[in-house]
Amino acid sequence: MVEKALRGGVWYWLWLLLLVSFIGLAFYFWLQEHHHGAGMLTGLHRDLTWGFHIGQLAFFVGVAASAVMIVLPYYFHNYKEFGKITVLAEFLAVGAVIIAMLSVFVVMGQPTRVLYVILNPTPNSLIFWDLTVLSTYLFLNLLCGWMVLHSEYKGTKYPSWLKPFIYWAILWGPSIHIVTAFLLQGLPGRHYWLTAIMAPRFLASAFSAGPALLIVIALLLKKIANFNVGDKAIQTISKIVIYAFIINLLFLFFEVFTAFYSGIHSHMAPFLYLFFGYEGHREWVPVMWASMILGIVGLVLLLIPSLRRSETTLTLGAISIFLSVWIEKGVALMVGGFTPNVFETVTPYKPTIPEIMIATGVWSLGLLIITVLYKITLSVYESKNLAVKTRG
Amino acid sequence: MSMKRRDFLKITSYGIAGTFLSLTGGVIVGRGSELLKKMDTSSSEKVKWAMVINTRAFQTEEDFNSVILACHRAHNVPDIPDKIREVKWIWKDTFVRGFPTAETKYIGDEIKKRPFLLLCNHCDNPPCVRVCPVKATFKRKDGIVMQDMHRCIGCKFCMAACPYGARNYNFYPPREYLRSVNPEFPTRSLGVVEKCIFCYHRLDEGLVPYCVEASKGKIFFGNLLDENSEVRKVIAENIILVRKPELGTNPKVFYII
Ligand code: SF4
Ligand code: SF4
Repeated sequence: MVEKALRGGVWYWLWLLLLVSFIGLAFYFWLQEHHHGAGMLTGLHRDLTWGFHIGQLAFFVGVAASAVMIVLPYYFHNYKEFGKITVLAEFLAVGAVIIAMLSVFVVMGQPTRVLYVILNPTPNSLIFWDLTVLSTYLFLNLLCGWMVLHSEYKGTKYPSWLKPFIYWAILWGPSIHIVTAFLLQGLPGRHYWLTAIMAPRFLASAFSAGPALLIVIALLLKKIANFNVGDKAIQTISKIVIYAFIINLLFLFFEVFTAFYSGIHSHMAPFLYLFFGYEGHREWVPVMWASMILGIVGLVLLLIPSLRRSETTLTLGAISIFLSVWIEKGVALMVGGFTPNVFETVTPYKPTIPEIMIATGVWSLGLLIITVLYKITLSVYESKNLAVKTRG
Repeated sequence: MSMKRRDFLKITSYGIAGTFLSLTGGVIVGRGSELLKKMDTSSSEKVKWAMVINTRAFQTEEDFNSVILACHRAHNVPDIPDKIREVKWIWKDTFVRGFPTAETKYIGDEIKKRPFLLLCNHCDNPPCVRVCPVKATFKRKDGIVMQDMHRCIGCKFCMAACPYGARNYNFYPPREYLRSVNPEFPTRSLGVVEKCIFCYHRLDEGLVPYCVEASKGKIFFGNLLDENSEVRKVIAENIILVRKPELGTNPKVFYII
């Protein structure tokens, strides 16, 4: 089955080449950072030590966890329409977990010591748990996706010993995101994060942004690779996206209500800084409102049934929601957590070009793995179709 | 399907009996955990180091600088010009920044502008220790929150967790920013976290920390568990503040106002 990844057209190889060059560039900047110091290359500082990369961790763990929204109906409720897209969701989760784990790795100041985390298991640290649940989830999705595809290739049903692993993966999906929320929500003195609704809100935003990405991918594959996962599947997923997104907005409203009705200054301050500016600092105000506007656009496009049914508006809506959540969780979550800082003043943060280039490299590596896995998936289905045609 | 009266009475009485049983169980568990706690404090810990800074006695630039320099020189703390990425173990800051949750609108100008020495609080319940994935920061039996710069992986989780801004990440190669090197103390490498360590190396030799020595009586240092210690006395006799007490970290650096 693996050999199918090696047979592709010009565009396939060019795309891989592009990804590899981004990875190379990121590697260069990463080496630079470890030579000259994060002070020379990144926007991080004393008062904001987790920036763009840890934001990517939060966001992509969400994308990975959201596979459960597809996997669960298919295996658990036997929702046949999700047959083809389930493998896509599982492999997307594989790529997303890799992006998430690498995003943590690139922030380490002493990458050569990273094995200490495993050699000295420290259960009171959430990083230890995050690493454990993420690697388990990676293994589970790779196993389930691969075995299911392999049986498809052989024309049989997946072996029954796989069942427990599939259920395990379903349980594991939400747990990886809850643990990631726990990284942040248990820290005293970080008011923006210190909220019990962080984990549920993480799940809600993940279950909208992840499947939204899957819709875009599925529609893209239909266009460029002639691979159709089925309109019914896409329509069902778009409903999942919209419900989850509404819950996410509701949770945001709960947060804002609690902060502003209680009137506790330290709880209001991060919201004020992000949305309106604080002590004359307005760096993130336009970005936050962009996220809000994108969210509203996505909401309208996906809520109105006629718009949801048209592929163009559906794609636009899914992209809007994906970007809206990405801005809010992949970028602003870190900024709000650290601003105002522990002295209740503002030290602005802007990700630098090297930071963004390193992140691009990390995304590219994830995308590379997803591309190869998808290539294999598509080829398996293609040869099956051919077989049916020649036999028929 | 309706229930007979006898059955109903039976079930209700089971319910009541069950409630009483659980209550008894609850009381036992509650008492038990209290007992355990008592046993815990009777354990061998006899020393808990603490610092009391007399902010009224610090008047001139020189008062502050001599203390800061004594620490930074002895511990090879690099002198980094980039102010938002500098490394500092003990430094001067304003009351408003150091105690941001205190009421500051109507307080007197003198205290509002009075500089304060800030440093790691060696919290009794330190969030930085809780989050470290490799035990590079840990609490000693005598309460000192330690930092192992050779073990730290530079994840910066502890910096997100410390609510006092007491931790420093080496954003720049620290050795390039040292004016002179004290060979007795290790220098650090890029990408690790460091902070005040309450001069544990001096305490182990029976000496007081460098800053205490250089302050010439303006900083008190001693054992918080010893009722007759100097720190206990000055804490009892003065108006004392600690930073952000509402967070439950239990700082062990006290400020005389
Ligand atoms: S002041 Fe910060 S670094 Fe020091 S013990 Fe407390 S939490 Fe840890
Ligand atoms: S930066 Fe170092 S000391 Fe801080 S949590 Fe990470 S490994 Fe521990």
